[in-house]
Amino acid sequence: MNIADLKLGQKAVVTGFSDEELSLRLLDMGCLPGEEVTLCCKAPLGDPIAIDVAGSRVSLRIREASTVMIEKINN
Amino acid sequence: MPDNTLKVALIGNPNAGKTSLFNHLTGLNQKVGNFPGVTVDKKTGLCTKIKSRKVQIIDFPGTYSIYPRSLDEQVFFTEVSNTESESYPDVAIVVIDAAHLKRNLLLFTQIKDIGLPIVIGMTMLDVLKDKQENIDLDELSKSLGAPIFPINGRNGEGVNALTDFISTYEYAEPEPFLPMEEYIHDELFHRLEAAFPDQRPYRIYQMMQQTDTYTGIGPEDREIVEEIKQNSHFNGPKLQAKETIARYKLLDAILKKVEKGGRKFTEDKSFSSTLDKFLVHPIFGYAFFVAILFFMFQAIYSWASIPMDYIDAMFGALGEWAHHTIPAGPLNSLISDGIIPGIGGIVIFVPQIAILFAFIAMLEETGYMARVVFLTDRIMRVFGLNGKSIVPLISGVACAIPAIMAARNIENWKERLITILISPLMSCSARLPVYAILIALVIPDREILGFMNLQGLVLMALYMGGFILALIVALIMNQLIKSPQRPFLIMELPSFRMPRWKNVSLTIFEKSKTFIFSAGKIIFVISIVLWALASYGPSNEMDQAEALVSQNHPGLNQDQHENMVASYRLEHSYAGHLGKVIEPVIAPLGYDWKIGIALITSFAAREVFVGSISTIYSVGSNDSGDNPQSIKDRLASEINPKTGLPVFTLASGLSLLIYYAIAMQCMSTLAIVKRETNSWKWPMIQLCYLTGMAYVFSLIVYQVLS
Repeated sequence: MNIADLKLGQKAVVTGFSDEELSLRLLDMGCLPGEEVTLCCKAPLGDPIAIDVAGSRVSLRIREASTVMIEKINN
Repeated sequence: MPDNTLKVALIGNPNAGKTSLFNHLTGLNQKVGNFPGVTVDKKTGLCTKIKSRKVQIIDFPGTYSIYPRSLDEQVFFTEVSNTESESYPDVAIVVIDAAHLKRNLLLFTQIKDIGLPIVIGMTMLDVLKDKQENIDLDELSKSLGAPIFPINGRNGEGVNALTDFISTYEYAEPEPFLPMEEYIHDELFHRLEAAFPDQRPYRIYQMMQQTDTYTGIGPEDREIVEEIKQNSHFNGPKLQAKETIARYKLLDAILKKVEKGGRKFTEDKSFSSTLDKFLVHPIFGYAFFVAILFFMFQAIYSWASIPMDYIDAMFGALGEWAHHTIPAGPLNSLISDGIIPGIGGIVIFVPQIAILFAFIAMLEETGYMARVVFLTDRIMRVFGLNGKSIVPLISGVACAIPAIMAARNIENWKERLITILISPLMSCSARLPVYAILIALVIPDREILGFMNLQGLVLMALYMGGFILALIVALIMNQLIKSPQRPFLIMELPSFRMPRWKNVSLTIFEKSKTFIFSAGKIIFVISIVLWALASYGPSNEMDQAEALVSQNHPGLNQDQHENMVASYRLEHSYAGHLGKVIEPVIAPLGYDWKIGIALITSFAAREVFVGSISTIYSVGSNDSGDNPQSIKDRLASEINPKTGLPVFTLASGLSLLIYYAIAMQCMSTLAIVKRETNSWKWPMIQLCYLTGMAYVFSLIVYQVLS
């Protein structure tokens, strides 16, 4: 599972990253393993997407989002 | 800068309110330059609030951490990595956004570890959900080991307390925040301490992480660092991830202590979320965006024309006045026909630049700009551009100069460069007078399919063609220009806020000033050169104009006589001779030497074409403004003596229209591209590719139609 698999409004917990360079950028933004993420909006063409993480709203491209590994929260 | 000046670096996350604080500290005492070797704005200013000593504030580009993501962010590290350098700051004000405390504090801890003395300016306390007055800043300050000053970016509250502190500031090296050995790599740090006993370990560690951009290190030390790197199997990215996570862990512990009793450093984001649902909606989102663009375009196009006409008239009157008061002679001509119009040609752009940047600053300030990127990124990416390119391209329809200045907001160098290179293909307002006169001349005024006017259709085709060509060129450039930076878009969508008007007005002021004093210099010099070309000629042919016209055309009234003289003089000036020299080159496009003269003189600005044409055909440039009909009739009756056919036919007219739509006929644009890319290389490439492309297209059109 990665962030690109989430549906609108779904919550998940970050578990890891598959791309080192991008992971460092995301860590700087506060997107750490163990943080809760919510997929809050998608651009009209489905790419980029925006997530709420660590109190900020961050947009990323699908290609970047798919490098963030997650575990879904069952709610 | 004398050595007793206190140098204060202003650092912080993007959107943390750094700009507001900078503006409160320096007011209008700002200078904008470039950091050495890069086109990144370096804003510096003397702090006006402190009288007791000279305090210089340096504003650094917003960054999330000490590890840069772009050239802009690189600048900070380059500047602080050399403790010996002229510009090394004495103290840093780190601007912390209270609503995103943890993320903002990451950068703070890194700066502290590198050994810069720190003061915290805490902003956004006014938007916190928890309006309790007693958020425990003292406790936080103690845990972080740095003084905290609450700042209100809107009204400047709290700035005085901060400046009082700075004015009596004594240097004190800060304690490190993160125990490196414990959290990162104990063996590595023991080695570092053994090799560099009198250096801060985190500094050496940064040398290892960012060896290429670390400036404050001699060749011997560099070798030692490389050796340690080898021996300890140094894995930079892995250690960096470890370090960042460790910092957050420590910060979490601190925040837990401070946020006792359920007080939280968060803001209510429900309003922003609701607004986002609407603003990035597939239908409403685009509709709203198009409405904003339309409004912006309308403003630049029509509102700006009022002050522009006024400026134009003012410089015209000033030129007239100079012409009549200064004793006749070359000095008179230099001032009234060269210098005054030259300065006028610079000032005339200021209204458009001011209006465009008013909009851009407001969009940035509110947080909407990030949504624009979000909406358009997917489409622009196809052409090797970025969502942020859309604003410069749309602005280009008004004028390429503010458009190219607006491209500074694009962080990725390659995307920014492509945007700059294609901006002049958007048909700007200076092309309109040229389009209008040529379309009226060669395109029949008739309806097609019963409802479309052919002339209007051609005008629309010129605009559309320019835009399509711009995208095609972007595609090609995307393949040609190689960039080491991997393009990515990890961007914060900040909460919506009301614009801070002080920031907006200072942006307008600063952009206008930058344009006048940087591009203005080049524009001024070229105007003088073009004036000299049109006013002087080889030998004394020009001086005989009066006598010859009186002799060959007696019985003209005064106006006709003067127009005839002006026409004769221009024909025999250097510009006229140049026009004849280039005639063989432009003949295949259907132009004669008279049009050649207009091509040369209108390099100053495209709309000069109309004035030059009216002078050459001795219509009198004064008539053409009031009476386009007279110049049109005059052009329509022009016969090429070599062929006996009219000069302006459908073929040559269309060819000329296409030439003006594509060619780089604007020295002001070249001047601004030179400034924005910091070299003559790119403006020259632009001149060659645009004018070359214009030549080929016009050639094809003329040869096919004639």
